[in-house]
Amino acid sequence: MSREDVLVTPDWAEQNLDTKGIVFVEVDEDTTAYDKGHIPGAVKLDWKTDLQDPVIRDFVDKGAFEKLLSDKGISNDDTVVLYGGNNNWFAAYAYWYFKLYGHRDVKLLDGGRKKWELDGRTQNTDVVSRPSTSYTAQEPDTSIRAFRQEVIDAIGSKNLVDVRAPDEFSGKIMAPAHLPQEQAQRPGHIPSALNVPWSKAANEDGTFKSDDDLRALYGAAGLDESKATIAYCRIGERSSHTWFALHELLGYSDVKNYDGSWTEYGSLVGAPIELGSKA
Amino acid sequence: MCGAPEQTQELPPGTDLSKHTVLTGTVRTAGEPVGGAFVRLLDGTGEFTAEVVTSASGQFRFFAAPGNWTIRALHQSGTGEAPVTADGPGLFPVDVTLA
Repeated sequence: MSREDVLVTPDWAEQNLDTKGIVFVEVDEDTTAYDKGHIPGAVKLDWKTDLQDPVIRDFVDKGAFEKLLSDKGISNDDTVVLYGGNNNWFAAYAYWYFKLYGHRDVKLLDGGRKKWELDGRTQNTDVVSRPSTSYTAQEPDTSIRAFRQEVIDAIGSKNLVDVRAPDEFSGKIMAPAHLPQEQAQRPGHIPSALNVPWSKAANEDGTFKSDDDLRALYGAAGLDESKATIAYCRIGERSSHTWFALHELLGYSDVKNYDGSWTEYGSLVGAPIELGSKA
Repeated sequence: MCGAPEQTQELPPGTDLSKHTVLTGTVRTAGEPVGGAFVRLLDGTGEFTAEVVTSASGQFRFFAAPGNWTIRALHQSGTGEAPVTADGPGLFPVDVTLA
């Protein structure tokens, strides 16, 4: 797999807006972003209401995912191109989620909404409706999803990559700095985790860094390529971005995203926690 | 949630400025507020910390920790940055002009 198979440029996207069999999907937490303007023809997914179970803290199940994609007019054979705000955090999360349910051909738009807007490319507010399909999902592929016990077992043996900001890693703050700091769980990080903030994998305009730069970044941070890797953040979306860099761009084979992330781990009774930054 | 809340000058209910460090301001170009600009909060070493999009009236805000920060704004019409030092909890105003 090469970078071109998983990541498309804005130019490519612009040339393929009307190509049959390619569906652009905007994924945001705040869907008002889509409503104010989106890539022509793109449908929207709401990270929270469409992709999260409304009661249990988990994904929607296979049947609900099938219904969602069928209603959105996405078929199994379509190439799905995901993009969104927040430097593609939620689009990367959706990418990982589509992979989990076995969608064959899914790509990310490099730079997401930000790059698209900075380039001054066309957006519109047209209502997009696609004829419904009969989508069939696969059973969830847990080879890319880590659960809590697996994470505890990985301490000191697998690569654990904490992709939050240094102040979140050290325990100084509980959430990204643009949000109120109201969380109640314990601060800190999983012992033996490396801290490679997701943002180091991206350029200022939201595009991913080159494969060479990414390899150098994780190598310098101490990631052992011969070991399996689990990435985590606070709620699993920034770590999807890093999962994409490690698994899809660099092609490391055993990389999982721990979507429970710090909001789960930092609330577990008795789970080991480390405070402070590493040398 | 990690999505940036709507950017307004009003602080969310429950914000305690005796405890929180809030950096807030407006992005402008030639004196006019710029909505939809990407505003990045960089720490004292220039490392990225957070990013928000300005409101229609050009406003942004960050919940940060005390320290030296740089606010960097990106927009189709240009870029700009401004330093701000927060010496403790409270509200710290900082405006950015694009060029």
